[in-house]
Amino acid sequence: MIEKLLSEETPLLEVRDLCVSFGSQAVLRNISLQIPVGQTLVLLGESGCGKTVLLKNMIGLLKPTQGQILFDGTDIHRLDDRALSQLRCRYGFVFQNAALFDSLTIAQNIAFPLRQHTDLPWPQIRERVLSMLQDVGLPADVVSKRPAELSGGMRKRVGLARALMMHPELVLYDEPTTGLDPIMTDIINQLILRTRRKPPVTSVVVTHNMDTARRVPDRVVMLYPLARLNPGEPQIVFDGTPDELTACRDRRVKQFVHGEAGQRLMELVGEA
Amino acid sequence: MTWTVTNPVASGPADVKDREIVKVFLNCQPIKRVIVRGDFVIWQNQSMSSASSTTRTNDQPSGGVALRFADWLAAWGKLTIDSLIAFGDFSLFCYRTMVWLFTRFPRFETLWPNFHQVGVSSLPVIALTGTFIGMVLAVQSYFQFRQLGLETRLGGVINLTLVRELGPVLAATMLAGRVGSAMAAELGTMRVTEQIDALAAMGSNPIRYLVIPRFLACLFLIPTLTIMADFMGVAGGHFYSVMVLNIDLHHYWFNSAQFVGNYDLFVGIFKSVFFGGAIAMVSCYQGFNCTAGAEGVGRAATASFVYSFVSILVLDLFLGIALDAIYFTYHPEGAQLF
Repeated sequence: MIEKLLSEETPLLEVRDLCVSFGSQAVLRNISLQIPVGQTLVLLGESGCGKTVLLKNMIGLLKPTQGQILFDGTDIHRLDDRALSQLRCRYGFVFQNAALFDSLTIAQNIAFPLRQHTDLPWPQIRERVLSMLQDVGLPADVVSKRPAELSGGMRKRVGLARALMMHPELVLYDEPTTGLDPIMTDIINQLILRTRRKPPVTSVVVTHNMDTARRVPDRVVMLYPLARLNPGEPQIVFDGTPDELTACRDRRVKQFVHGEAGQRLMELVGEA
Repeated sequence: MTWTVTNPVASGPADVKDREIVKVFLNCQPIKRVIVRGDFVIWQNQSMSSASSTTRTNDQPSGGVALRFADWLAAWGKLTIDSLIAFGDFSLFCYRTMVWLFTRFPRFETLWPNFHQVGVSSLPVIALTGTFIGMVLAVQSYFQFRQLGLETRLGGVINLTLVRELGPVLAATMLAGRVGSAMAAELGTMRVTEQIDALAAMGSNPIRYLVIPRFLACLFLIPTLTIMADFMGVAGGHFYSVMVLNIDLHHYWFNSAQFVGNYDLFVGIFKSVFFGGAIAMVSCYQGFNCTAGAEGVGRAATASFVYSFVSILVLDLFLGIALDAIYFTYHPEGAQLF
């Protein structure tokens, strides 16, 4: 059963010929991806290449100009408001800045999806909140605090706890380690790894942190900014395992992996 | 004329803004000036303009008036299109709110805080406004009425003005300023910090969770706030007229009773329901469509008040006309004075 679920033939999420533009500015062009059940995929790319836009399209927060997103065979952009809301209960989304509700306490934040979608009594919800807090390595005394009282790393972990509360099948992470110190980055990486171990969780991680890209995924996909590509060139410049990424000889991939400015600074000066 | 208009979208690269690109585009003819107007590029040939430069010393093109007219036309066109888009977007937002309103009732725990915010917290300031407006009406109209010996009629004038117009409009204005901008700023901050997206990502509909409770709070509580403003205005008018200006108490109230009918009270409260709905929808729409940054939130709060206020006045006019028409249909004798 699990082998069948994990086999490549059943993509949990499929992106078909996705094009996204804002006004006259095209951000994504003809992106096609298949993400099988249980896979952890890292979307890599420089700032502004459309990673977050792709991620938000995957959950229907942004609408594509063209193309389809199929979740478990359903085109999510054809659903009405209510059906889409129901489908989203099978997703977990970890936002870049956690996006915790600042009018609610940490406990209320983590309990939010459960209180919205289930009729569980509060003691039971509270128990699950506390066990989830323990899972993400936070002390139980934060429950009564407000999001503004927590540090960035703690907020991200609360965001992760909230996203995992409904036992999602697909977890989307939007730059989970941006702005964190190296130790906290490693903690978040380990939490992502631990989350995917509970099968069959599928994860898509948007990042530009090379450490995350090497340690977390089964598969790495690298996007390249559309403005730097010639017409007709594919926007996905790399699709493979982390080891293949390190060995990749493509000039654009190598530049990103090694973090080299190359001619970019000169280009910026030229533009100015 | 040395100006040529071409449409690069139809016949070439879309981003022709640089005279060098146009030069290549037009078989290497030397280009003096390139102006971009929407999809069109207007360019001027070097050789021809040097011939005309003997007659024109400044850089003003010979087709200046036509160009400026085109500019003016384009600006108005853009404004019209943008307004239509915004109006359509707003209508769609209202439609989706109505669909959610009539399909699923929101949870009570989301309603109470909004009811408290709109109702209880606004009560003192609306009571205060009402009191002062009642007194101001007395102050402003007393001397003119006294010259005609009609000061006892003040009761009718003050109370009729209050219950029909000033009570509902001022209560709505105060609500737009106090609650409307706060809603826009709160929802705007939630939009900017991705909290609205987070809500949607967790399978809750942001309209159902955020807009419906605010809409219902405004809709249900603005009539009560209007009644409060009316009452305090009547009390303020009575205080100033009877206690300060020493108008006869009996005649003051006798005239009030003659002038102010039940329909007048109804008109004021009925109108206020529309004002409340408009405030909630405009403010929530502004918050939901807030642009990024502190400036965006500030702009959303300001815009929500300005548009709410304009909507209140426009609605007031049309509702006034409609309600009068309804009244005179059923009471034709009311249209004939004395």
